[in-house]
Amino acid sequence: MTSRPQNLQKNLRTEALAGYRKPDRDTQPDYYYPPYASTVKRSPSQPLVILPTTLSEVTGPLFGYDVIKANDSDLTKQGNGDPIGERIVVSGRVLDGNARPVANTLIEVWQANSAGRYPHRRDNHNAPVDPNFPGCGRTLTDTQGHYRFVTIRPGEYPWRNHYNAWRPAHIHFSLFGAAFATRLVTQMYFPGDPLLEYDPMYTSIPNERARQRLVSTFDWETTIPEQALGYKFDIVLRGRDETPFENDMKLPG
Amino acid sequence: MSLQTTSSQTIGPYLHIGLTWLVTDNLAAPGVSGEKVAIEGRIVDGDGNAVNDAVVEIWQANAQGRYAHPEDTQDKPLESAFKGFGRVMTDNDGVFRITTIKPGRVPAPGSGLQAPHLNVTIFTRGLLKHLITRMYFSNEPANDEDPVLQRVPAERRQTLIATPSGGRPGAFKWNVILRGERETVFFDY
Repeated sequence: MTSRPQNLQKNLRTEALAGYRKPDRDTQPDYYYPPYASTVKRSPSQPLVILPTTLSEVTGPLFGYDVIKANDSDLTKQGNGDPIGERIVVSGRVLDGNARPVANTLIEVWQANSAGRYPHRRDNHNAPVDPNFPGCGRTLTDTQGHYRFVTIRPGEYPWRNHYNAWRPAHIHFSLFGAAFATRLVTQMYFPGDPLLEYDPMYTSIPNERARQRLVSTFDWETTIPEQALGYKFDIVLRGRDETPFENDMKLPG
Repeated sequence: MSLQTTSSQTIGPYLHIGLTWLVTDNLAAPGVSGEKVAIEGRIVDGDGNAVNDAVVEIWQANAQGRYAHPEDTQDKPLESAFKGFGRVMTDNDGVFRITTIKPGRVPAPGSGLQAPHLNVTIFTRGLLKHLITRMYFSNEPANDEDPVLQRVPAERRQTLIATPSGGRPGAFKWNVILRGERETVFFDY
């Protein structure tokens, strides 16, 4: 790097806010994706307006342990008895785009029960509701970005997007991260699910490797003997550009 | 080391199961300073039909123009009763309602101040990624110098500006049109 005039460096130090990098375009779905029929009427048709990085985007809501209750991260312990289905452990790390852990950030999850049914008034699927499975949980990551849920493996279920359409088994994830700019809602899938290639939500992601990162992996180390299989799912939130100040600090000499 | 950001997926139709616990429709708790505002809006799709399964989240500064976040180091008071986060669901008619206080002005990039605004995210079935927008207030002279509004084509700026509603003090109306004529301006960054 070439050195900047002293006064310009000073201005950058006081004025520039480091922004959050845009994800590579093909790693994110477009809004308009007709194979997923609901996008046709609900996606914007006008180009997005690019926001400058301001204090509004680099700040964001932060939540603490005061919002988390006992058993919020164990979805098998929220009813009066055991839910039906296969117990699993879902764990992983939340990192940012610079591979740094995202500590103490809120994660919300929700999912269908083992029969593929949600306890929701708009879910009319002819499969049983499980009174012992409300199907939602939340937790905070630890200082190293680790999180862990105990749940049951969700079932696949039909939907009316196209003829004989079935959603692959999935768990919904909602994350906040450090700033308004890092908000993310996604879905975690299971390895080897034959429905993935037919699922327009999954195939809406152009990049094959990006798609595959939504598929959890079986994890022997977090599998609990005689109790529950372990699945690993790491999540990456948008990474931040280094501030001009940090760059200045790294200049040699 | 760089990692690719995890791909977004839709929130789906059953979002209420996971998100209702954190619904926050009144940020103006007793003791919070500032001008109380009651915002009502309706979200419609490209056919003008109600979007009855959306979640709207807001993030805003307090009345003094400070965010409750460590990155905001301005020498302005924080208020422990004001966190700046709101979350509401649309009802069967696609309507959402949230009560808060009008935020103060926060710094603009470079110099100057932004006009009072709410930072808004919208999630719903049919959105593979959430939408990002802003809500400003009508009759606010600072709107004319706001650096974000300046980036929006003049003929579309009105879509971001809430208007007084029904003559009631502090009541504002702000509808969101996801697609089509008078489509709301959405942002990327």
